[in-house]
Parts: sequence; C-alpha cells; structure tokens
Amino acid sequence: MTQADAPQKRPTHALRAENVTLNYGGRDIVANLSVEIPDGKVTVIVGANACGKSTLLRGLSRLLRPASGRVMLDGRDIHSVPSKEIARVVGILPQSPIAPEGITVRDLVARGRYPHQGWFQQWSAADEAAVEHALEATDTAQLASRRIEELSGGQRQRVWIAMALSQDPDILLLDEPTTFLDVRHQLDALDVLARLNRERRTTVVMVLHELNLAARYADHMVLMAGGRIIAEGEPSEVVTAERMREAFGLESRIIADPVSGSPMVIPEGRV
Amino acid sequence: MTRTRRISGVLILVAVALALVSIAVGAYTLTLPDLLVTLFGGGTSADQFIVFKLRLPRVLLAILVAVAFGLAGALFQSLLRNALASPDIIGISGGASVAAVLSLLVFGATGLIVSLSALVGALLVAFTIYLLSWRSGMNGMRFVLVGVGIAFMAQSVIGYLITRGDVRDAQQALVWMVGGLGGASWDDILIMAVSLAILLPAVFMLASQLRMLQLGDDLAAGLGVSVQRSRLALIVVAVALVAIATALVGPLAFVAFVSAPIARRMVRGGGLALVPSALVAIVLVLGADFVAQHLLTAGTQVPTGIVTGIVGAPYLLWLISTTNREGRAS
Repeated sequence: MTQADAPQKRPTHALRAENVTLNYGGRDIVANLSVEIPDGKVTVIVGANACGKSTLLRGLSRLLRPASGRVMLDGRDIHSVPSKEIARVVGILPQSPIAPEGITVRDLVARGRYPHQGWFQQWSAADEAAVEHALEATDTAQLASRRIEELSGGQRQRVWIAMALSQDPDILLLDEPTTFLDVRHQLDALDVLARLNRERRTTVVMVLHELNLAARYADHMVLMAGGRIIAEGEPSEVVTAERMREAFGLESRIIADPVSGSPMVIPEGRV
Repeated sequence: MTRTRRISGVLILVAVALALVSIAVGAYTLTLPDLLVTLFGGGTSADQFIVFKLRLPRVLLAILVAVAFGLAGALFQSLLRNALASPDIIGISGGASVAAVLSLLVFGATGLIVSLSALVGALLVAFTIYLLSWRSGMNGMRFVLVGVGIAFMAQSVIGYLITRGDVRDAQQALVWMVGGLGGASWDDILIMAVSLAILLPAVFMLASQLRMLQLGDDLAAGLGVSVQRSRLALIVVAVALVAIATALVGPLAFVAFVSAPIARRMVRGGGLALVPSALVAIVLVLGADFVAQHLLTAGTQVPTGIVTGIVGAPYLLWLISTTNREGRAS
C-alpha cells in the first residue's frame, strides 16, 4: 500500500466539507460552509487575514471538530474513523511544527512513518524507502545527518515537507508552507509540492498568502472572505479585480503573469 | 541508536560499581570477593546479615525509586516540552507529600496505605493543574506556572500539618519529607517492584505516541495520535511513578528534574532517552546516597534528599539562566 515507486497507482479520494461551522472559543470563524476538494489537483485557499482560511484547513484535517456539519472522506465522517487510518490518507503540515532539540533530519523525517507502524511492528523496508524518497524529493538527502537547529529557514521548511511526504499521504494539507521564506525559497518549496502532485498525483491543499504565487501554482483556487467562500474555480475565474475588491478591499489591475500566464494582481490602493 | 546503547552500557557499569561499593562499604567493610560470595548465597552469617538485612535493601530500593523518578521526569518534560516541567517542580511530588504526611500524621497510616494516599494526592494535584491550565488547548508553560503555584500551596499545607502534629510524629514526617533511603525494607521493595512491573510496559507502549506529541499537538494529531487520550494516559502513568516512589522514600529532591536533561545531553539526537534517563537517575541516587551515608559528615548520616538537593538546585539555576537565551523550541 505504501510502495514508494508506484506513482500511477494512487487511489482516488473524495474529501469535502458539508455545511461546516467551525468556531474558536465560542466565536464562529467559518459558518455553514461547503467545499469539495478536487482529487489529484493543487487547491490553494486564499483570502485576507482572519477570513477563516486556516480554520477551514484545520477543519478539513480534523484538527478542529466542526460545531455543526461534517467533513467527509470517501463517504465517511472523518471524526468517526480511527485517527491512524485517516493519517494514512490525509497528511497535514501545520504552521508551526516543533522539532525536538537535537533531532537529526533523518530522524525527524522518519517520524512521519508513525501511521504506518503498529504497536509491535518494526521499522520496515517500505518505511526506509518512503524516507529515502521523501529526502530525495525535497532535496534534503545531503542534510540527512545534520541537526535541525543547524539548518536555514528554507532548508528547515523543506525538511518538514519531507516529513509530510514520508507519511505518504494521498491528500496533503499545508498551512502557509512558505511563511518566513524569501522569494526563492518560496518557489523551491512550491516546486517540490507541484512536482509531488504531478509525479505522484498527490492531492495538495494549501493556504497561501502570496496571491500571485497562489495563482501560478493552483489548479483550483478557493477565495474566502468573512468565513465563507466567495469564489472558487480556476485562477483565471477567481482572480478578478472585482473579487479582489470584495475579498481584500483592494483596487487592483489584473494582468497575465509574463512567466506562467496565470492572472497576476497589481495593487493600486485601498478601495 | 548506537550512541544511546554505548552511553547506556557505560551508565550500567557505573551503576553496578556504585551498587557494589554501597553494599560493601560501611562501618564494617567487606572485601569484593567476600561481597560476591555473600551475594551468591555463601559467606558468614554476619556477612549475610549485613548484606541482606542492612545494605542490599537500601541499594535495591534506591535503584527502583530512581527508575521511577527518572522516567517520570523524562515523561513530563517531553510531554510539556519544557525542562522545568518536572513533577518535583510543578507540585506533583508536593501533592504526594501532602497526602502521605496527612495519612501519617492524622490517620496514623503505614506501608501500603501511605503509598496509596500519595498516589491519590498526586493524581488530584495533576488533574487540578490540568484543569486550571486548560484554555482551549494545553500550553506547557501555563501548566508549569500553575504547577509551581500548587507546589507552594502544598508546602504550606505540609507546614501546617507538621506544626499541628505531635512532636515525635512531626519529626518522623520531617525526616520522610527530606527524603531518605534509611528505612528501606523488603516490603518497600516489593511495592515499588510490583508498581514498576505494571507501569514500565505502559511507559514503553506510550513512548511512540509521546515521540509524536513532541512535534506539537497539531502534527501529532495529523499523524494519527489521539492527542487528548495519549496525553492523559501519559500523565497518569508518570504521576503514578512519582507518587509511589515519593510515598516510599519521600521526595528525593531534583532527581526527576535533572536526570532526563543530563541523559539527553549525553545521548543527543532529540529522542526521548527514556532508558538513559532511568540509568542516570540510578547513578545519581546511588551516588547521592553513598555521599549522604559516608562522606558528608562523620558519625551522623544525612538524608539522601539533602545531597540530591545540593546537586539539583545549582542545575536548576543554570537551566533557568540558559533556557530561551539559546532560543530553544519551548
């Protein structure tokens, strides 16, 4: 099931939220929202600060239990399925994961294999292969014996992505995987994810702040404002001057990205 | 892995050497051959009496409680991702002490009842801290701060119980509270050994979940750990370890607190270092007990807890002054 070199065999999955309301401390952040994640695609969730995009991601990844509504994976409520079983299908890289002091890159990446291990099951060849693949795919193999503290921010982020890859999920959710990275390292991280999607058909769902990068990497964009989805679809349908005004309170011009042809937002000023 | 094994091997050798020396040396000192012969059933009846009645129980109990303290500290510190989160700092030991002193002074309890009271006291304190520090999620630092507050309350309650108690009982309670191995009996050893036989397998079954919890609650949950349930189970096991050991020998100051950080510095690698932590604790307790018995003062013996305290307090100060300065994860 966790064969590292069988990219075409990835099973299809259906992940969707049905009328979910998600709240923190009694305040509804996301209200009565439904969304379906397209299988085998890169979905990017964008929106202004505090629009509920990270909260939605937490809901989809079962880190947050909906106050009402349900999140369904392959026809089953994700809160009714054993946690480890979900973890073999859905991976999540939260915004600020914690690395134990002194841990090496390889040991950290290896921890992603937890959902594939039983109580008495030893480290297997499949585990080893998955870790090797994850290190290679993220270009971190040469860092394997280094300690996390010694790495730069960009390297560290690639290691965390490697850990998520070693989990070998069919659906990978990431909460702002490019925060704190400079523009080149942002591209590096996003390229790794795009390649993962292309080569292994892994469904990628991420929250991104940087609109133009989102439009460039997304197959499917979800634009949120005030806890609801105001537009979704291909980047060219979602990124329009009118939507930007609605979601961000921003006057802008949309041009074609000279590199990728995707829509690009040129801000003009506040509404 | 190999480094952990190597360090563990060295620690075991040191522990065995300390144990043998502790059994051999005293007012009447046995030679090594005499000691070994006696341990394996031979020797004179005088030697047998000294070894099996006087010295071996003390050494065995020291080893068993050290394992309990060392593991409890390692579990708490990993779980709360905070080096200060050791049961002796955050009032868990204090809770055990209050309940034990209460049962000793007010109800005249002995033996197993004192152990059970300590267990109940420590669990009550742990859940009080858990509830008070809970705010839509658990935060290691808040847990520690609430715990430190509880530790002070426990001190006051113990002070009150002792000043109100009968002078002789109070004296006995005071000695117990400093922590010592002087009264070690085979009954104590049996209680601790049975407890460990139940709790150690639990610790090692929960270790893989704890390794995931080290990465933060979100990532652990994403990797398939039932965060609340695992954390609760780990707290109960760690509390039980420290409470039972505390009931038997008193709160041996700082053993739970320093063992795991020392072990982790030795083995490196970001793992839990459970076995090395237990071994470091054994070396510490055996060493401290030897110092307390033979080296500190001529004539009178000093309770072991005083020696561990003398070692532990400066370590605490050093830790507080260096944490965060190096930008550690928690």
